[in-house]
Amino acid sequence: MTTLDSQQSVTAKIFPFPLNAWYAVAWDHEITNKGLLARKVASLPMALYRTADGRPVALGDACWHRLAPLSMGKLIGKDEVQCPYHGLRYNSAGRCTAMPAQETVNPSAMVPSYPAVERYRYIWVWPGDMTLADPDLIPDMHQMDDPGWAGDGLTIEAACNYQLILDNLMDLTHEEFVHGSSIGQAELSESEFRSRYEDDGSVTVTRWIRDVEPPPFWLKNIRDKFPGFSGRVDRWQIIHYYAPSTICIDVGVAKAGTGAPEGDRSQGVNGYVMNTITPETNRTSHYFWAFMRNYRLESQVITTQLRKGVEGVFGEDEAMLTAQQEAIDANPHHEFYSLNVDSGGMWVRRILDRMLQAESTTRPAEIQNRPASAVGGGPS
Amino acid sequence: MSADSHPDWHPGTVIDVRPVAQGIQRITIQRPPTRRAHPGTHIDVQVDIGGEPDVRSYSVVESNEDGSQITVSVLLSPQSRGGSKFMHRLAIGDTLLTTQPLQNFALGQGAERYVLLAGGIGITAIIDMARVLKSRQVDYEFVYVARSRELMAYLPQLEQLHGTRLRVHVDDEGTGLDIASLLTSIAADPRRDGIELYMCGPIRLMDAVRRDWLSNGLAIYNLRYETFGNSGWFEPSEFVARIPQLDIETTVGTNSTLLEALNAAGADMMYDCRKGECGLCQVDIESFSGHLDHRDVFLSDRQKQAGSSICTCVSRVAADKDDPTPVLTLSLP
Repeated sequence: MTTLDSQQSVTAKIFPFPLNAWYAVAWDHEITNKGLLARKVASLPMALYRTADGRPVALGDACWHRLAPLSMGKLIGKDEVQCPYHGLRYNSAGRCTAMPAQETVNPSAMVPSYPAVERYRYIWVWPGDMTLADPDLIPDMHQMDDPGWAGDGLTIEAACNYQLILDNLMDLTHEEFVHGSSIGQAELSESEFRSRYEDDGSVTVTRWIRDVEPPPFWLKNIRDKFPGFSGRVDRWQIIHYYAPSTICIDVGVAKAGTGAPEGDRSQGVNGYVMNTITPETNRTSHYFWAFMRNYRLESQVITTQLRKGVEGVFGEDEAMLTAQQEAIDANPHHEFYSLNVDSGGMWVRRILDRMLQAESTTRPAEIQNRPASAVGGGPS
Repeated sequence: MSADSHPDWHPGTVIDVRPVAQGIQRITIQRPPTRRAHPGTHIDVQVDIGGEPDVRSYSVVESNEDGSQITVSVLLSPQSRGGSKFMHRLAIGDTLLTTQPLQNFALGQGAERYVLLAGGIGITAIIDMARVLKSRQVDYEFVYVARSRELMAYLPQLEQLHGTRLRVHVDDEGTGLDIASLLTSIAADPRRDGIELYMCGPIRLMDAVRRDWLSNGLAIYNLRYETFGNSGWFEPSEFVARIPQLDIETTVGTNSTLLEALNAAGADMMYDCRKGECGLCQVDIESFSGHLDHRDVFLSDRQKQAGSSICTCVSRVAADKDDPTPVLTLSLP
């Protein structure tokens, strides 16, 4: 008989985050060569800017000398930051290039320079072991800047652990209850779905809801492509998860019975809900999202309407997630229990748990964020 | 970097010792797991010097995945104050206090080309940088120099791992390193501002490289080196130190630093790094005899030539044949 491992660490309420991963730290337009932006990723404060030739840079946001925040300093020359306090200067590699009142520079003075890459309209940083930072590991979000897609998005500064957002996106039955006025419908929680752990390490949750009335959000969308449409639709939600925290959801509706489940989506409208969630601390997250579509690409008004519409929908999620985190913190002796609908989220948790196991012995003590109950695996 | 600079002392056990070159002992220590030691890290070790505990730093040559097995390699130095003798006496099963790997010589990322320069036992600080650069598949050149081949630890393994990227220069085989031509070739490279040079070796080698680096107009911040402040231009010799304003006169023995001797004689000295980097311990020189042996990296060459101040934590005055016990007189501001 095989002994099964306890799922204790997998159902942790405050889920730790892997460090050896790319995380979106900002939208491309937020990082400039005019000034510095302070932002924390994986509990690590970073000072973000671009060099004169446009390359994104993420330095540790504390001067080597007395730890003053470099993000309060200024940009100098091609790629340097000057500390706001005593004027020490650092180049984009984090190496100190000038010290006040001396003719030499201490040969060991430097601040961390985290690998930083611009892709899919975001700046991505790698907070962990930089020798493993391969840009090809950035999750596929090509719809963000592919000419075949149009759309836009925003950032939510979410007051919750990042895993709660992943749980939220991996199980869309909550739409019926949280988003009843826009995208929710009772048939969602009544329809069949299937979760798959794919060979490439991603997770897919597929749900088809056939022959239903479109909810208001989707009625508007299908009418943007087929003016005056009325009637029933086949609706789909195909959730793609890429470790550690990116979820791209293929969503849409097509005129009922026109073959969309079999692959012909020509009589429908298709969107992609792009989500990438970056742990800021154990209890806060930067949640970057966008809604991309592959129809009516020329229409700026549709882009704006969709962004505003999804902003309203995600505002409902944010309120729930904030309240959930508060309830978690207010009930420290209560555990999580799982439902059938959590299978996608539980796969995500297991994948993250394996990433954490792989790097748990190699991470510096000061950013160990694993809760005591998860380390021992015993009852808390 | 700051995140890895706070020492955390734990007992460790010696699990392997073996010679890897003439006078160089490879020592592996088992200690509580932390993380894989990154290139450029060292551990501090509590050594016993004539019954007194003292601390020495040794570069990490190898580490396992969780940093629970740390390998260092130690050259038995005839001028040693006792640290290397202690390390060479270690046998399997011995216990000693060590810190976790501490970072003071981090390998950067993003340079267009890297040049690594190891002189003699300085290989210990460079060897893991070379391994990581190879695994990152970046452009690097690895220069390893020594007086003779018997003194070169790890040479066969390095030749096998790095192939033509490794350049070996051996003085007594007539293939000694021509520093000027190495530096000229770096300066002539169109990527010159994107080249970082990391070095560890005797102070004469590092001083010469630093001088040529600057004279070729290369940016000083692309030159990275580590110094434990323990090698100079002269053999250490006994000298007399005086601070007339404090009525202090003391003899600085070969196994003590000027800072330690002045402190013991009652001067309330300010200092921090104790390896010639920060400049806090510098004191004005009123006069000296013998040779000034600046072993710090704080003062510039211009300041060293002027001879008007000294970093007391590492620098000394050295005897001359006409002046067996030189005298250094310091003045307070």
